[in-house]
Formats: sequence, structure tokens, C-alpha cells
Amino acid sequence: MTDVVMRAEDVHKRFGRLEVLKGVSLDVAKGETICIIGPSGSGKTTFIRCINHREKIDSGRITVNGRLIGYRLRPDATLVEDSEKSIAHQRTQIGMVFQRFNLFPHKTALENVMEAPVHVLRRSKEQAAEEGVKLLTRVGLADKTDTYPGKLSGGQQQRVAIARSLAMRPALILFDEPTSALDPEVTGEVLAVMEELAHEGMTMIVVTHEMGFAREAADRVVMMDDGVIIEEGTPEHFFLAPEQERTKQFLSKIL
Amino acid sequence: MLAAVDWHVVWVRIAHPNHVFFLALTRTVYIAVIAQVMGVVLGVAAALMRMSKAWPLRFLSGIYVWIFRGTPLLVQIFFIYYGANQLLGFTLIPNTLNAGLFSLDGAVVGGILALGINEGAYMREIVRAGIDSIDKGQMEAAKSLGMRYGLAMRRIILPQAARVIIPPLGNEFNNMIKNTSLLFAIGVYEIFADAEIGYSNSFQPVEYFLGVAFWYLVLTTVWTFIQAAIERKLAASERGEDLTFFERVQAAWNPMTAWARR
Repeated sequence: MTDVVMRAEDVHKRFGRLEVLKGVSLDVAKGETICIIGPSGSGKTTFIRCINHREKIDSGRITVNGRLIGYRLRPDATLVEDSEKSIAHQRTQIGMVFQRFNLFPHKTALENVMEAPVHVLRRSKEQAAEEGVKLLTRVGLADKTDTYPGKLSGGQQQRVAIARSLAMRPALILFDEPTSALDPEVTGEVLAVMEELAHEGMTMIVVTHEMGFAREAADRVVMMDDGVIIEEGTPEHFFLAPEQERTKQFLSKIL
Repeated sequence: MLAAVDWHVVWVRIAHPNHVFFLALTRTVYIAVIAQVMGVVLGVAAALMRMSKAWPLRFLSGIYVWIFRGTPLLVQIFFIYYGANQLLGFTLIPNTLNAGLFSLDGAVVGGILALGINEGAYMREIVRAGIDSIDKGQMEAAKSLGMRYGLAMRRIILPQAARVIIPPLGNEFNNMIKNTSLLFAIGVYEIFADAEIGYSNSFQPVEYFLGVAFWYLVLTTVWTFIQAAIERKLAASERGEDLTFFERVQAAWNPMTAWARR
């Protein structure tokens, strides 16, 4: 159990009167790729947003590399929200790739990748640039280093976004429906990069509807519905013999 | 009627201004520039306060805008120049401000303060609208990369908001150039004061006020060209044009092309 990167225990989250997460527990081991599937409104995006404390949780706890995310444990065993500084520091360990890429439009591809290493981790510009070029090469964009996001296709932008989170050398990368905003013909190039990452041993939690990707790259698939995990198992389990009626229903719709 | 106008005087005021006028013109320009810079700084600060989680800051920002947009600029100028020292109990506005090589008359200092503080109240809304126009995903992405609020604002949000802010900021500066004329009332020798004094010595209102109107028009027109060039340069990177450094300089310094493409 020493190599658990992310552990969520009985996480609850509500928006006003709506309870979105009703007790989610999940362990993710180092090097594992987890795909979270489920209908919209099932809480999967909210769940991964809680992992880097983009959403506060109401109860339960989340740890990354053994450290509580977003909260400190008081001596009297109650939890109190952590300082902005320490939350920011924890986020350097947790990469995030968004549905809508969210690249910085006023910076070139390389500047996007260099931004946080230089200004958050205080690495030298030369080192960050060198590493940035390597990362962009790795995602197949060696020739686009000086291009602004506005001139890149969706698939290229998303690959820059992946390089941008890799530049922080995170312990874990969260993907929030990374291909949902893409044209079908460029989905493949992004999934290929993600598959390669998964095979290289990056720890990844991917919210996705791409069952092809789940089959190729996931170690485990997690099915969420109505704020809870209703089934989890290997991709084979899901494709060959899902147990829950709800899972069968959902899979029959998206496959 | 026109025969009564001494066109020679108008011509001299326009084409052959004397040394004193040029000093006044310089003063008009630097007062406008410094006050505008001050207004932008105050506007950004007030906008950030307005968006703060702490209610006292929001409240303070609200009071500031309420007062300075709700009272006449001329009243503010008199109040600050004549009243600030008395109100604060120390000398904020000296008779003469000596800063190394330069020395500024107290009225200039007071005038700049009043124009700048007034401008900040107007800039707040412009800055806030600019920040609001930036996609929420930008702050999300910045924070997910471990940036704190201040760093994300400075590196990611404000540079993008600047593009939205610059067109209305240009209009504000146009107003600022013209508003400097109010400072003649507290004894600042700028171009309107120069004209006003010329007029009272000669009783030739058309000649002197036409002359000074011309020079305001020159200032605002020059500014229009500069603004167009800045906007064009910003638009180029927004469209993702990969301009070379030389092309950027050319675009920024060729007002005629900027003008033509608007």
C-alpha cells in the first residue's frame, strides 16, 4: 500500500441542496491509469475537481502522496482549510488537463509550457525552455513551439496542454473529458499521446467517454452514477461482463 | 463680422507659438500622462478590491467610486489642491516639489493628484469589465499549475484583460488631455491658461481660444494615431499572427497603415 498516489475516502460534496458526491472512495496506485465513466451529472467531473481542491469537499478526505489535499489536520482532529500558499504548492504535484484546453492565448506554445516551471517552480528560463522543447517534441509539436494557441487546431492545443502539465513533473495528472471538445478526426492524436503516457507509467485519472482508450490504456475503469461509484474493474470486466444493470444500460448507449 | 478677427494672430498662435507656450504644452502633456498612469494604477487596485472576498475592501472601493464619479471634477480639483493639507494635517502638496533635476509647482502636484484620483474611479469599471471578460478557465488553468491568485492575475489575467481595456482606456486619455484645461483654475500654467491670459491682455477671444483649440485637437489627433497603432499591435497577437520583431515594430510605428486597416 506504500505506492498509493491518490486516496479518496468517503468524499461528500454538495452544491446548495444538491448532493453531488455521496461518499466516493478510491485508491489510485503509482503508475495506474484510471478511467472514470458515467452519465453526465453523475459527479465524475466534480470528483476530479476535488482532487486538486478546485472544489471544497464537505466531508471525507483526499490525500495525494500521503498528504491531505486542501485541509490541515488540527491537533483536536478536526480539519481546517489550508492556506492558499500551501494549496497552490500541492497543486504543483497534480496536473490537470481541461475539456476546453484553457491554454494561455497571449503566450506561444513553448511559453505556455514554460510559464509555471519558471514562475512557480523558479527554474531557470534556459532549463525550462530546453525541457519545454523536449516535451513539445514528445507530443509531436516540435515545429509549433513559437505558435500562438489561436493558430493551433483543437487537437494540437490539447497536446500543448498535456505538455504544459507534464512540465511540472506531477505525481498525478487529472484529465477532465480531454477529447469531448474535439472534432472526431483529431481525437485520435490526443488519445495516442495519452496512451503513450499511460504506458510510460504516468499516474492518470481520466474522465472520458472514449471506451477505445479505456480498453487500450486503462488499468481500471470506474463507473459512477448519482454521486457514487457503482462498479469498478478491469476494462475486460466492463466490456465482457458488467454486473450492474445501470452499467449495462450506460455502456449500451455509448458503445 | 469675420473682418473683426485678426487672422494673423490666429496664424501665429497656431504656426509660430512662442517659448512660453511650448512650456505650457509640455506641462499639459506630462500632467495628462502622469494623471492617466495614476488613474490606471488606482483603477486596477480598486477593481481588485471590488472583486475581493473581504467586504471592507469591496465597501471602500464602492465609496471611492461613489464619491469621485458623483461630484464635479472641478470641485475635486479645488478640494484636493486647497484642502488636502488641512484635511490630512500634514503637507501632502508642497508649494514646490523638488525631485532631483525637476521641480514641480504645488498646483501641478495637486492637479495631477485630483485628475488621477478622479480618473481611477472611472478606470475601475473599465478594468473590472476587462477582467470579467476573460474566460474563467484561464484562472482555473493558472491555479491548477500551482499559481497563487496574485501571480495568476499578474501573469495570466491582466495581460489578457489589457487588450480589452486599451480601447476604452484610449478614450479616457483623450478626455484626460482635455480635462487638464480645468487646472488653469488653480493656477497651473498649461495651454488653456496661456490662452486665457493672452485673451485677457488683448481682448481677442476668437484668436486666442481658436489657437488653443487647435492645439488640443493636435494632441487628441496624435493620440488617436498612437492608440490605433497600439490596438493594431495587440490585435495581431490576438489573431495569432506570427509577426517577426521587425514587422511588429513596423506595425506599431506606421500609423497610416493602422489607420487604413481600422
